Amino acid sequence: MPWRLLRFALNKKHPEPRMFNFHEKLKSSYDVVIIGAGGHGLAAAYYLARDYGITNVCVLEKGYIGGGNTGRNTTIVRSNYLTPEGVKFYDESVNLWQDLSEDFDLNLFYANRGHFTLAHTDSALRTMRWRAEVNKHYGVDSEVVGPEVVKEAAPMIDISCGGHAPILGALYHAPGSVARHDAVAWGYGRGADQRGVEIHQQTEVLGIDVVAGKVKGVKTSRGYISTNKVLCAVAGSTPRILKMVDVKSPIYIHPLQAMVSEPIKPWLDPILVSGSLHVYISQSARGELVMGASLDPYELHGTRSTLDFVEGLTTHMLEMFPFLSNVKVMRQWAGMADMTPDFAPVMGKTPVEGFYLDSGWGTWGFKATPVCGKTMAHTVVNDSDHPLITGFSLDRFRNYALTGEKGAASVGH
Amino acid sequence: MKILNCPLNGPRPVSEFFYWGEVRPMPNPATASDDVWADYVFNRNGAPGVKKEWWCHTPSNTWFIAERDTEKDVVVRTYFYEGED
Repeated sequence: MPWRLLRFALNKKHPEPRMFNFHEKLKSSYDVVIIGAGGHGLAAAYYLARDYGITNVCVLEKGYIGGGNTGRNTTIVRSNYLTPEGVKFYDESVNLWQDLSEDFDLNLFYANRGHFTLAHTDSALRTMRWRAEVNKHYGVDSEVVGPEVVKEAAPMIDISCGGHAPILGALYHAPGSVARHDAVAWGYGRGADQRGVEIHQQTEVLGIDVVAGKVKGVKTSRGYISTNKVLCAVAGSTPRILKMVDVKSPIYIHPLQAMVSEPIKPWLDPILVSGSLHVYISQSARGELVMGASLDPYELHGTRSTLDFVEGLTTHMLEMFPFLSNVKVMRQWAGMADMTPDFAPVMGKTPVEGFYLDSGWGTWGFKATPVCGKTMAHTVVNDSDHPLITGFSLDRFRNYALTGEKGAASVGH
Repeated sequence: MKILNCPLNGPRPVSEFFYWGEVRPMPNPATASDDVWADYVFNRNGAPGVKKEWWCHTPSNTWFIAERDTEKDVVVRTYFYEGED
């Protein structure tokens, strides 16, 4: 009944709950200021409020919630990394993902699909075996399988890849999943917001006040905030923020591009990755093929996309799946990846007291969203690195103690 | 297709080029301290700006310098290396 509907719609007793509260003004001081309202920043805010009761927190965002790399990745979640530090860290993240939808009361469309990393050469197969053994040692479900298993899981694949690069085997990771990335930021954001955290969008950080090596405040486009603790979770903008606090880092920015096809009937259940062909592909719940390749070949602080990328990616895609030649590309985009020399993140305390980093997340940050939030909240509260992130500290470069994770990066770089 | 101007071969598609990062003076490895050397090996000026970069035109193996705005992806000029400023 339309009249009845109107009566409820106009009745103040039945307000439509907003996802986030809007705050007219910034307060003059906060216990913690988080820069970046992407998945990582909002997750840290959420765990600060939920686990530590710290709610006098503000999250500053230059653009809009989840508009950076949180909304630009290809939504894959996995934990079959190469180093003990990496495997333990990502495995904790995969565990956290399991009941996140329930935690938020928001459907993240978390779908367990299984993840194949294809090997086209003997040397690739050797690395897979190594990864599988490291994974199994830490209790992660990971095994090397033959080409027949790949064919069975994805019957449309040309196992010889057009004769150029026959698939010799694969690393199979059963817990590999996809999730709706925007909803992850919204879920964390709403959870933090409901507990009293303020999220300020369209608010740019212009400078960070450091006195005698300690953080004192943050200059923003909407006024000055005094605070003793700042957490920087800004992915591709990390070097700009580090310049404000005069901290040197090895982080460099290259764009990573991705694209989706028009929606088609479900035909691809697992997630497939080929480092040699620079291809990764999965099919979303809407039927779109979500596809990515490797990093752009040179530094750039922008999100332009290129035709070269589409040409290169589709060439290899057609070697694996020739029948896709008639499928249209619907849209493409790019994100700014904050790369590190050892393909591991840079997290934790910095030489500036009260300034904490959650960065260096390059092309592998989405899957780590929950565990980053959790470990960074711990680090900020205790002013000491969480045990799971000690292998990722900024100091490791000065000490020549890198955490070599390149073998497990999902795409060739 | 983006076009880059090679000082030897003229305008060529960017796919023919190889990028080798910002031009950075190397400290003397024999005398540099571990900290100075680690800074040189690992740290980068990752912030946007107009930077002097090494590029190579791979078919002709021509190395040269490009001054490029890394925020707008606009090449200001390209020229052969002539030693440190």
